[in-house]
Amino acid sequence: MSNSNTTELTTTQIVQNSLKKRYRAERRFKAFGIASVCVGVFALLILFTEIISKGVGAFTQTYVQLELKLDNDVLGIDDVSNPDAFMQANYTKVIRNALKEQFPTVKKRRDRRALYGMVSVGASYKLQAVITKNPDLIGTTQKFWVIADDDLDTYYKSLSDAEPFTGRMNDKQQAWVQTWVDNNQIKRKFNTTLFTAGDSSEPELAGILGALVGSLLTLSVTLILSFPIGVAAAVYLEEYAKRNKITDFIEVNINNLAAVPSVIFGLLGLAIFLNFFGMPRSIPLVGGLVLTLMTLPTIIISSRAAIKAVPPSIREAALGMGASKMQMILHHVIPLAMPGMLTGAIIGLAQALGETAPLLMIGMVAFIVDVPTGITDSATVLPVQIFLWADSPERAFVERTSAAIMVLLVFLISMNGIAIWLRKRLERRW
Amino acid sequence: MNNTADEKPVDLPEQHDDHTVGKPLLKDPKISVRNANVFYGDKQAVFDVDLDIGANQVIAMIGPSGCGKSTFLRCLNRMNDTIDICRVTGEINLDGQNIYDKKLDVVPLRAKVGMVFQKPNPFPKSIYDNVAYGPKIHGLANRRSELDQIVETSLTKAGLWNEVKDRLDQPGTGLSGGQQQRLCIARTIAVSPEVILMDEPCSALDPIATAKIEELIAELSENYTIAIVTHSMQQAARVSHRTAYFHMGKLVEVNKTQKVFTNPEHSLTESYITGRFG
Repeated sequence: MSNSNTTELTTTQIVQNSLKKRYRAERRFKAFGIASVCVGVFALLILFTEIISKGVGAFTQTYVQLELKLDNDVLGIDDVSNPDAFMQANYTKVIRNALKEQFPTVKKRRDRRALYGMVSVGASYKLQAVITKNPDLIGTTQKFWVIADDDLDTYYKSLSDAEPFTGRMNDKQQAWVQTWVDNNQIKRKFNTTLFTAGDSSEPELAGILGALVGSLLTLSVTLILSFPIGVAAAVYLEEYAKRNKITDFIEVNINNLAAVPSVIFGLLGLAIFLNFFGMPRSIPLVGGLVLTLMTLPTIIISSRAAIKAVPPSIREAALGMGASKMQMILHHVIPLAMPGMLTGAIIGLAQALGETAPLLMIGMVAFIVDVPTGITDSATVLPVQIFLWADSPERAFVERTSAAIMVLLVFLISMNGIAIWLRKRLERRW
Repeated sequence: MNNTADEKPVDLPEQHDDHTVGKPLLKDPKISVRNANVFYGDKQAVFDVDLDIGANQVIAMIGPSGCGKSTFLRCLNRMNDTIDICRVTGEINLDGQNIYDKKLDVVPLRAKVGMVFQKPNPFPKSIYDNVAYGPKIHGLANRRSELDQIVETSLTKAGLWNEVKDRLDQPGTGLSGGQQQRLCIARTIAVSPEVILMDEPCSALDPIATAKIEELIAELSENYTIAIVTHSMQQAARVSHRTAYFHMGKLVEVNKTQKVFTNPEHSLTESYITGRFG
């Protein structure tokens, strides 16, 4: 203090002089942070606009209105009481006749085939369902909205946007579409098929339900196994295990496992569950087991952190009251650590939800049409479905891929939402 | 002790022998400690302590920081068991039974010897649940009405009933520091212990809350044996019947409180209570 009087600058002046520089540095520091956030938000925006603009088309599907003569001569249903008769009836012919009647000038074989190809093969299944339900319709003439083929669907959707059409649709077909447009015989309806059907090789008949249910089943298996096992392991390691070489070794290994590429877990699952235990391929049970192995390290690590964060004073209070160690853990440590444990579990599950590689190894990449009804039915999962569709040559699968991604994202966001809600509920503010 | 470094050096008198002076032993003690040594790993924290604690008596343990008084207190209900590296040798008898006997279960021991900690540590539960927790885990109440009765009695004994009776369902952590500490005392006495250990129970409280706790200690001493560790010599003088002075892990002097504070036998005790170090 005494020597500051002798120099020209006082301490206050030195501080004053350095302030400007300090504030500049602070502004730079802040600006850098803002820029980083902007990069993140920008990337996210691009991702979302790209996916949504591409995928939004998949939520509608083109339908064509045809006047169908449900003539029994064509259908060939001789016995209305016999369900088999409905199965064998010729619905395709009815639809083709309707097309032929509307465009009588089409004579050439190639053109005929092009004309018939405008309507999806799924249309006849739909017709079968309707007629089976109402056999009274036989013999009448009805106006039906039949589902259009994916090429027509893509073309019709392209009419309403600016981009030039590049799909498979020749001039004649485009003319027929124009006729339908002029007659108000073609329109887009909400694509319920996307949410009610399993996979199909025909884009207009392909749905995401199979993969969605597959994902749900797989994740259920994962959650039911990994959460209790993870929490139990974390509790043991944190509360009971003695600090020695073995525990250290286990700890290092768990941390390493968290960083192991997921495809390795797939190979492990293949070797253990399929080859050694002889479980069937492509079932959610095996998928769930593999993903359990994958998520366990994440859950154990975060649960241990949550348990560590419980204040020691609470443990002492419980033990001082004469609570046994188990009572202390069950009554005080776990309830207080639960929000943290749940967060870890959700992070692990979200990771598992998006995982493709390990599931490819155990055969969940198969083309599965049926919606699985249990954990032992063949199934696929959302990310694998996205992978499969992205790989398909049909143009209509492009928008469906994006739609599937949107469904996956919604799934993920709602999962995180539930986690946050649960955490808020459990995290009582005392 | 660090403060003394700046001040003018004090010539600490040589400690003349290793034996505790005063009257460490009693007839018919509630707790008797013989030859207790406590180690943290290789480091010894408590050396050869012999001490008796009489029933329905308040014994205060004083001494400079790090002298082993808290460590010693935590031996009395085996709270040191929770520290992996901690090892206790010697014999500590409660009603004639060695509590460090391998066959002895710590759960009933801790129900019998309750503890109040330095920082108020109510459970993050309601006031009611805080007090009811002990009786619940030990199965002391069969019916809800019994439990209600225990909660009311305990809170009344802890002098908290009138302040909280209308908000028993409110979180215990929402109370003021002093109330929280009294809640912790209520929680401890809810399991009807015979001994209550208090580890600097007022160090986190303001003088008014401290006065209330001290009053409470005086009332509780009619029914309970209390061992209290404190940094405040005034507090020790006010609340205790006997005072034990610890220094560097050794029990230096034990005597009637009045005797210790007015006429200490050991020069270390005298230095401490006259404020020459500590």
